[in-house]
Amino acid sequence: MICLGIEGTAHSIGVGVIKNVKGACQVLSNRIKTYQPEKGGIHPREAANHHALHIASLLSDSVQAAGVDFAEIDLVSFSQGPGLGPCLRTAATAARALALSLEKPLIGVNHCVAHLEIGRGTVKGCKDPVLLYVSGANTQVIAFAEGKYRVFGETLDVGIGNCLDKFGRELGLGFPCGPKIEEFAAKGTEYLALPYSIKGMDLAFSGILTAAEAYVQQGKRLEDVCYSLQETTFAMLTEVTERAMAHTEKQEVLLGGGVASNKRLREMVQTMAKDRGARFFVPSRDVCVDNGAMIAWLGFLMYQSGVRMKLEDSLINQRFRTDMVEVCWRD
Amino acid sequence: MTEKILYLGAEAEIRLSEYMGKKVVQKQRVHKAYRIKEIDHQLISYRTKEEAKLISAARSHGVSVPLLYDVDLTKGCITMEYLKGNRVKDMLNGLKESERRRICLKIGESIARLHDHDLIHGDLTTSNMIYWNDRIYFIDFGLGSQNIEVEAKGVDLHVLMEAFESTHSKYPRCFEVVLEGYTKHLQGDASGVVEKIKEIVQRGRYR
Repeated sequence: MICLGIEGTAHSIGVGVIKNVKGACQVLSNRIKTYQPEKGGIHPREAANHHALHIASLLSDSVQAAGVDFAEIDLVSFSQGPGLGPCLRTAATAARALALSLEKPLIGVNHCVAHLEIGRGTVKGCKDPVLLYVSGANTQVIAFAEGKYRVFGETLDVGIGNCLDKFGRELGLGFPCGPKIEEFAAKGTEYLALPYSIKGMDLAFSGILTAAEAYVQQGKRLEDVCYSLQETTFAMLTEVTERAMAHTEKQEVLLGGGVASNKRLREMVQTMAKDRGARFFVPSRDVCVDNGAMIAWLGFLMYQSGVRMKLEDSLINQRFRTDMVEVCWRD
Repeated sequence: MTEKILYLGAEAEIRLSEYMGKKVVQKQRVHKAYRIKEIDHQLISYRTKEEAKLISAARSHGVSVPLLYDVDLTKGCITMEYLKGNRVKDMLNGLKESERRRICLKIGESIARLHDHDLIHGDLTTSNMIYWNDRIYFIDFGLGSQNIEVEAKGVDLHVLMEAFESTHSKYPRCFEVVLEGYTKHLQGDASGVVEKIKEIVQRGRYR
């Protein structure tokens, strides 16, 4: 079965084409265009305009790159939520139009669950992981329990990526700031104490952000502030992930989301996994960031397990929580 | 002295040991290679100290907790009474409805007693409660604090609500019953705390 997926929850619009090969996901193509704000963060309407501008060419490019014909596509899926309303609506509209014109079934999927499933689908050995999902908007620790993907821990205020972006924006680093903060942090030598904010398995970043900004105003070395910011927030992320692993008694950890590109975060989670005798997985970068292939793959899994979606049920849901999805494709 | 690891937690080893002829539990916080020394040392010594302080404070206010025998801040080790009994996590789902209700009311009552003395557990889950002698014993105050604010009490219960949702999802009314017991026994303003929990839920992403 060949499935095309359209991702459009935030700053990226992506079209991916996948094929099911004996229960594993083969990515045939995966094209992404990313909106770059001129200044500040993501402006939802402008991001949506960007997506509308690029979706048609992305669709034909991706289908061509996959080496298939539009007529060979068996299923169209799209990111139904969570995300920014205008962006979600743009992607959903494109998906509906495509499904209707090809006369093929349409399925809306949960973006967060897609991040987890693409790990299981593309990374060998990854079967039942605890996912640390770290992106701009989302910071969640997700694992399968009692028929659903449950959120064991999550941010109580902003996502980790958003925290880094807000900090970087104060310094005029441009968007997204993660990679630049990572460069500065690598040159840091002195740890400046920051609040360490964990509540059960939940996290809060806003206080740390304020404290880090105060250090900058006091004239501390930027390298040291970035280093301290990364070390503190990533230690918190690693700790809650480990807590979730201990709690759920799972032996695998998977990284997902844009911030998973950060080498220091990878190193910390990998060390944690090694020390508890667990396995560490991270998908290749193209399926780790927001992308269409993961949406296509989850659409396939749902369709194969019998899920069908009527056109009138394909409304987007900005507040589509991870634990609202009935996971009927897993035991 | 033979030592046996009872449980390997996320941040500590729980060992069965002996102390002055008694069977005891030792909670040994372990160094984490993933975090830098500065954070590691700070967390281990701070949490060990806070945990010991909270356990004794809870005890002095009549909340059931293990008896403390020794606290070693340099090693990050607390030696405490060995509690028989079962983790509430392991027993709750298997109980009769009426018995489950009784236990949940008891949980609420015990949390109320903690909160009336501004003691915040910090990691209220059914894995951190032991049922023994018809009492709910709280263990693992590692993320706890003393805090007078309604916010802290709300967050404390919100953590428990999430634990119930993920671990006892077959019995969705459990948490309500806990709140019922809590509201009945809290001397302070319980409705303020219940409202705060709702507010915290709303604050969560995509709610």
